Amino acid sequence: MTLFRNVVFIAAIAGLVAGVVLACMQAFATYPLISQAEVFEKTGGGQGHDQAAAAAPAANTNATSPSATAETAMSTAAPAPAEAAAPAEEDEGWAPADGFERYAFSVAANIVTGIGFALVLVAVSEFAGGIGNWRQGVFWGLAGFAAFTLAPGLGLPPELPAMPAADLTQRQIWWTATVVATAAGLGLLAFRKSLPLALLAVALIVAPHIVGAPQPDSFETAIPEGLHHQFVVAVTLTNLAFWLVLGAVVGVVRGRFTGAATSLRDSFA
Amino acid sequence: MNTASVSLGASVSAQSRFMQLAFAALLGIFVMGFVGFSQIEAVHNAAHDYRHSIAFPCH
Repeated sequence: MTLFRNVVFIAAIAGLVAGVVLACMQAFATYPLISQAEVFEKTGGGQGHDQAAAAAPAANTNATSPSATAETAMSTAAPAPAEAAAPAEEDEGWAPADGFERYAFSVAANIVTGIGFALVLVAVSEFAGGIGNWRQGVFWGLAGFAAFTLAPGLGLPPELPAMPAADLTQRQIWWTATVVATAAGLGLLAFRKSLPLALLAVALIVAPHIVGAPQPDSFETAIPEGLHHQFVVAVTLTNLAFWLVLGAVVGVVRGRFTGAATSLRDSFA
Repeated sequence: MNTASVSLGASVSAQSRFMQLAFAALLGIFVMGFVGFSQIEAVHNAAHDYRHSIAFPCH
């Protein structure tokens, strides 16, 4: 079991480093936006209007005419459908206390899943010859980002609390199938030098989006458009950084293990 | 690929190599699934912010 032990060891180091980096970025980039969204979740949007204006400065430029202001007020004053679609979580079981405890659990989740992602990345890349150095790792990281963030995010954009969504199990099935199909497609494109297989790869990558992600009956929500857009950008960029760091660290640590890092330039498949 | 000569655990048999790598990948998938996809309420609440921040489907 030497190989298994080595894979776990490399994945543990890479997952720890990338998970901590991601947790630090999330503390500044995404958690503040989640907190703002929870104000809408709790108040139903009625009192959250001031925060909406503050959170989405872009919306202020449109809100100068009275009709636009009225429209904004109306959209935030319609909380009933959003609340029905996303039941409040406060009265459901144990939850970490707000503040340090909540953040600590998020950091732990980041590190644990970081190691999980790293295990998959290292194991899959070993089948293809292994990640030889940090630069190869960056390309593997880009592939991981495309498969785990970009592709599922097209059909199911990152969502804030209190946003309407389709049935959870169906979304989880679509998410998983999309990740698997995209990863398989990218693998075929990168490692098989045949045109029919390349066409099959493109078909695999496109297919989940033709099938389409499960969508909610209504998109009506108290969350301002600007806040959600900020969140989508923040999630996408933090995950990009996470995958690049993860791949690069795997390359560096693995190079130490094999003691023979391949040359930076000519090693990528 | 020109990296075969420096692969990890090159001395093990092909079948053993496949099993060990497959087992490592399964372990990773299990960990991801538990933290990110488990519908157990306490697990969901503990990893809530993380699930949103990594765009896992969440409640």
